[in-house]
Amino acid sequence: MRLSPDEMIFWQHGFFKLNATIVFTWGLMLVLAVGSKLITRQLSTGLERSRWQNLMEIVVTAILKQIEEVGLREPRKYLSFLGTLFLFVAMATLCTILPSFEPPTGSLSTTAALALCVFAAVPLFGVRDQGLGGYLKSYVEPTVIMLPFNLISELSRTLALAVRLFGNMMSGAMIIAILLTITPFIFPIVMTALGLLTGLVQAYIFSILAAVYIAAATRTKEPAEKFLTSNKKITING
Amino acid sequence: MLIDWFTVGAQALNFLVLVWLMKRFLYHPILRAIDAREQRIATELVDAAAKKAEARKESDEFAHKNAEFDRQRADLFLKAADEVKAERQRLFEEVRQAADAAETKRRETLQNDARSLNDAIRVCAQQEVFAIARKVLGDLATTSLEERMGEVFTRRLRELDGAAKASLAAAITNAPAPALLRSTFELPAAQRAVIQHALNETFSAEVRVRFETSPDLVSGIELTISGQKMAWSIAEYFVSLEKGIGELLNHEAQPSHANSSVPALS
Repeated sequence: MRLSPDEMIFWQHGFFKLNATIVFTWGLMLVLAVGSKLITRQLSTGLERSRWQNLMEIVVTAILKQIEEVGLREPRKYLSFLGTLFLFVAMATLCTILPSFEPPTGSLSTTAALALCVFAAVPLFGVRDQGLGGYLKSYVEPTVIMLPFNLISELSRTLALAVRLFGNMMSGAMIIAILLTITPFIFPIVMTALGLLTGLVQAYIFSILAAVYIAAATRTKEPAEKFLTSNKKITING
Repeated sequence: MLIDWFTVGAQALNFLVLVWLMKRFLYHPILRAIDAREQRIATELVDAAAKKAEARKESDEFAHKNAEFDRQRADLFLKAADEVKAERQRLFEEVRQAADAAETKRRETLQNDARSLNDAIRVCAQQEVFAIARKVLGDLATTSLEERMGEVFTRRLRELDGAAKASLAAAITNAPAPALLRSTFELPAAQRAVIQHALNETFSAEVRVRFETSPDLVSGIELTISGQKMAWSIAEYFVSLEKGIGELLNHEAQPSHANSSVPALS
């Protein structure tokens, strides 16, 4: 039994290889890029607009709103990174309903790559926002003793990100594969539907966690207060 | 092993390329469109606010003009009512004056008519009386009316009272010119002789007389000398008759005048 689409190799030359993960990723990239291009080819700035433009505007503004709610001051700066994370994972999940499609997020390599991107993006955004000194200072807060714990936290959360997404996606695909061998009719469909839900939830969790990490790295005093107030409100509401 | 490091690198690269592609083809165009729309809506809202303000201003102005118009209309109405009242009064006055003038004219016309009627009656009566007198006198005697007049004149001459006779005698004596005897008709020679004789006898002197006919006299004879005058004429009777008829007409005209009144105006 295949645990990851990495194992499905189409072409290999030494260290280089072309496996299903990369191929399906390219497919997704093609769909996303061409779809975006087609939708944004004729954008209307008036009050009347096409259904696809409306859908895309809803998606983009919803992502912006989510980023803002996490506490990032200028959500547009992070939209490209966080929005693409969400759309890529969500698209990979949605495409699982296509026969013989293997979600690239079901590969630990892909989730690790995404987690590494987040791991790299957090300090980059932090440095851009606060400067190198300000960002590094955040590791020794509130005291220097917290430095190792902060470093461990950085590494562990990256690992957690990768494994969480991989686990969920891989398990969903695995369960469907197992169920197909046992009861090939009704259950796989139900589980596929459930997999869509969990996949979308994972996409949301992945991108929101990335946003929270970036927010933690870029947070200055004012947004911090806002963030705390926002959290408090959520707690009260909850 | 679950992690293939080449795949990790390739996927990281793929992801970064995807980030760029999405930024290029999705996020930027969509955000630009949203911004343009928001900008447009904001502009339209500003325009709408400006138009609303302008509309309110125009509405206020219109209300103000309306109120002003109402006020002017009320003023004009009052003015027109006053003018109508004044005009009505003036027309009443004109009509009253016209009625008064018509009444005066009517009264004058009535008086003229009465006068004309009077004259006509007098002339007619005169002619009738003459005709009757002539006929009666012609029927009763052989003497003509003119002869009879001469007789009456001579008789009156002889019957003159003392004061009048003395006055006339003095006038005849002192008169440088002959006495003038005027008659309506040409007196016949016999009649002239009778009158001359009567004059001579009455005043005991040779009275020089110049005979003259005058149509002004109404069937009569008149002796004038140095401002003194003695006359007999049917005109005397006519004056009396005229007076009587005039009184009668006046008496008749009075009630009709009293009955006429100015019609009521409304």
